Amino acid sequence: MIASVEYLYWLAGGLLFVSSLVIGRDRAHPRRLFAAAFWMDLGLLFIAGDKMPPAAVGAQVLALSVIAAGGGLRKSKPRRLPSSVREASALRIGSKLLIPALAIPVCTLGGTIALGKMKIGGVFLIDPANTNLVSFGIGCIIALGLACWMTRDTVLQSVRQSRELTDAIGWTLVLPQMLAMLAAMFQHTGVGSSAAYLASHYIATDVRWIAVAFYCVGMAVFSMILGGGAAAFPLMAGGIGVPVLVGIYHGSAAEIAALGMLSGYAGVLMTPMAAHFNLIPAALLELPDKYGVIRAQAPTAICILAVNVVLLYFLM
Amino acid sequence: MSTTINFLPLIGVAVVAAGFVCRFNPMLVVSIAAIATGVAAKMSFYEILAQVGSDFIKARNLPLITLLALPVIGLLERHGLREYVQGVIGRVRTATAGRFLIVYLFVRQISSAIGLVSLGGQAQMVRPLIAPMAEGVAQSRYGKLGDQQLYRLRAFAASTDNIGLFYGEDIFVAFGAVLFMQNFLHTAGLSVDPTRIALAGLPTAICVFAIHSFRLYRLDAYLDRELTAVSIPNVSATAHKEIRS
Repeated sequence: MIASVEYLYWLAGGLLFVSSLVIGRDRAHPRRLFAAAFWMDLGLLFIAGDKMPPAAVGAQVLALSVIAAGGGLRKSKPRRLPSSVREASALRIGSKLLIPALAIPVCTLGGTIALGKMKIGGVFLIDPANTNLVSFGIGCIIALGLACWMTRDTVLQSVRQSRELTDAIGWTLVLPQMLAMLAAMFQHTGVGSSAAYLASHYIATDVRWIAVAFYCVGMAVFSMILGGGAAAFPLMAGGIGVPVLVGIYHGSAAEIAALGMLSGYAGVLMTPMAAHFNLIPAALLELPDKYGVIRAQAPTAICILAVNVVLLYFLM
Repeated sequence: MSTTINFLPLIGVAVVAAGFVCRFNPMLVVSIAAIATGVAAKMSFYEILAQVGSDFIKARNLPLITLLALPVIGLLERHGLREYVQGVIGRVRTATAGRFLIVYLFVRQISSAIGLVSLGGQAQMVRPLIAPMAEGVAQSRYGKLGDQQLYRLRAFAASTDNIGLFYGEDIFVAFGAVLFMQNFLHTAGLSVDPTRIALAGLPTAICVFAIHSFRLYRLDAYLDRELTAVSIPNVSATAHKEIRS
């Protein structure tokens, strides 16, 4: 393939690398050496992580979390131009500011649809396994070009702005990756299956509505623990869904699968384990409470779970 | 039951739960939980490090979606993107923050349901456009928002994106999770048409729209309650309404 997702890792690594150099030279930064080391090592892991021995990567990951926990990434407030300057520039550039912002989703969409199966000389144009991600990356590059053109600013300035943002987001940026690692570790050591075994042997599944409620709530709880519905589904569907709900109560498999997964999503809305949905936005929106988004979602999620139990009881 | 299951690795779950509840640094909590799980499963320290390292590298795609958008967003914000969208949305007189987010919820659910999931997203849509627009609407109604109201409004903007995505994409037949479920059922000896799985999500999706819309409607009531008594611009806004009615 011509455009592989590997190039995007290099690009992201390079971005982090340059950011760390900027931080290292910034004397106003509260912990500049620790912060620079953190971002530089993360950049290195992006660029060459797959070529290092896995145990060395593991040791670096632990070192990164020690830096983060030791307060090495004290969040500094992003420096911004005064609002009068920004308002003047908003008036001057106007609706053209929207073009680069909308170019990202439009390019991702167009790339996924149009370039997904395109070949040049028998070679895939973009990585067929990661069409969405590669299109997103290409979209970001195009959008950056457009943004520099519309605002008459430089790529270097955009890197400076980006480092202000990564600085403000801090270690939350790496958290989704850490949690994916933990979820894989859970899976590797069979945490889910032993928990499902414990649960399914202490619940009275011989009452229909208890079995249904247990299946839905179990999906939500395991999704909260594992940070995603897809990891929880085999446990609950394999433990209760197929043997009890289909096997004993003769429910319809399509409804059982779909409503189980949707109950799992209700769990995802309530867990810090799904950091890229719940904690990253709190950091991106500069909320002081990092669980603020979860707090806003939880009441909706609990209602959804209750609705799902009722729907599944009557529809299956 | 002759299969022996080792329950010790469950200790990792306890570590994570305790760590998050006590609000220790999540990165450290996750690292310790991973080590504890590995130790309980009788892995050697070297094996644990290798496992952590290779899984960490496999998940490199996750931060990309936030990271690569940041230079564009940062540059546009420097040049007044927030101020621009707030100015534009502030001119829509009938808009309220809650109603605006209800419209976004609807658009997000429908577009995800037909496979257009990339039309939203926290870094590329909510931070630069959706949250500032919701704030802009509220500001043109009530004047300057208090910190508490501002944070609550932003959290709701983020939640609307997530909820719209989760309960839209599952109705899309070619969505990964639908095919994943079909695959799982197939290996369990049940052949199910993926279209049926996708359609089975429809009643929930409709209920979710009703539930979250109601909460967004209540968000308007909350903003009204918190901000009406103190803000002067709102007095003129209500006066405006009275004259019109």
